[in-house]
Amino acid sequence: MTTTATKAEVKLYHIKVNVNGVDYEHDVEPRLLLVHYIRDVLGLTGTHIGCDTSNCGACTVILNGKSVKSCTMFAVQANGTKILTIEGLAKNGELHPLQKAFWENHALQCGFCTPGLIMQAYWLLQENPNPTEEEIRKGISGNLCRCTGYQNIVKAIMAAAKEMKR
Amino acid sequence: MFNYVPMIPRPFLYFSPSTEEEALALLKDYKGEAKILAGGMSLIPLMKLRLVSPSYIIDINRIENLSYIKTEGDKIKIGALTRYHDIERSELLKRILPILCETASWVGDPQVRNMGTIGGSLSHADPSGDMGSCIIALRGELVIKSEDKERRIGIDNFFVDTFMTALQPNEMLKEIIINFPKEKSGGAYLKLERRAGDFAIAAVATQISLDNKGICSYAGIGLTAVGPMNLRAKKAEDFLLGKELNDKVIEEAAEIAASEAKPMDDPLRGSAEYKRAMVKVLTKRALKIALNRARGG
Repeated sequence: MTTTATKAEVKLYHIKVNVNGVDYEHDVEPRLLLVHYIRDVLGLTGTHIGCDTSNCGACTVILNGKSVKSCTMFAVQANGTKILTIEGLAKNGELHPLQKAFWENHALQCGFCTPGLIMQAYWLLQENPNPTEEEIRKGISGNLCRCTGYQNIVKAIMAAAKEMKR
Repeated sequence: MFNYVPMIPRPFLYFSPSTEEEALALLKDYKGEAKILAGGMSLIPLMKLRLVSPSYIIDINRIENLSYIKTEGDKIKIGALTRYHDIERSELLKRILPILCETASWVGDPQVRNMGTIGGSLSHADPSGDMGSCIIALRGELVIKSEDKERRIGIDNFFVDTFMTALQPNEMLKEIIINFPKEKSGGAYLKLERRAGDFAIAAVATQISLDNKGICSYAGIGLTAVGPMNLRAKKAEDFLLGKELNDKVIEEAAEIAASEAKPMDDPLRGSAEYKRAMVKVLTKRALKIALNRARGG
């Protein structure tokens, strides 16, 4: 028999985060995963849960400037951080160059992996604004896409890199 | 029947101390029931699968001065909380011990390397961990702290068994110390994997130094995923010492290293026989690359 803590033992922790420029404060259970906080508490469902085992990268968000898998992090760990999700990319109704490039290059079919891939590409281009094709492929190796075969995703990221340099 | 595996960990109490002293005091208070959370790239998946359910989590990510890469005399010192990404990109390491950057670049995937830490993965002691073999090849020394004392231990005495280290429940890994390699040195980490970002089928870390006459004066060989823990290919190292390294010597050393591996059959990553054969191939290739690099190539 396994024992679990009773409800009375559950202690809530107060966290403050800034997501896409908006400040939020909530009391959360420490075991609440960051991706569940983003989706279920904040209602930002653009960040997807794919494998839930930190393999697929669908849950990738930018946390204090670094891409992380939000299914493998507790919301309490994000206390005091700045988070960027796919919803925060477009500005004033204008798509981000990465979003545009994914659209124009047909870099998605079912679209499930797309938010994670775009957020990972966003981090990649910040680290390396001039990536080679190989660097892009390595850079997105933590994101799985089961439709496209990656070819158009790589093309889109290259196109966005060009656009963002202009 | 829908058999859903819960992906939400069991409840736990969470602490995020801001000093090392506080963390060590908590470790002492909750001896054996607390787990340190560093990058969380191994711990959190285990908690989600409920293979591990600690009652207390001590998150050390808010402690300053646990993440650094610096030189002191003829030693490199790496803080336990240093992320793989920072190791991979360190200009200092690229200059002095590039094998650390190369090994780090093979760990997980970019997002995992943004979070994952060198101390966390060594403490986790997964036999498939890449960095363990690299630290074996470099004969690293580990600084371990508890509330009342600090001790140093060589990497060979640190790994005890699968997922088991010499760390006591009240202790935490604080720093990894590595001696500068001699002048003509080179290393290489080669990894065979089923797909990008997977754990190794087998992987080999090698580091060698040559003296003025081109004779091997240092040899370090660490093996990944082919035994109950990261292994040192001691006999192969001894065989290389004092010899001029040529294809024949390297071939023989690789053969010895393969005989020192203790692989197991596994349905995902191949038979013991296959893995042993791969240890030979990888050791041979890694030694050749290391030799070339030691010669300035």
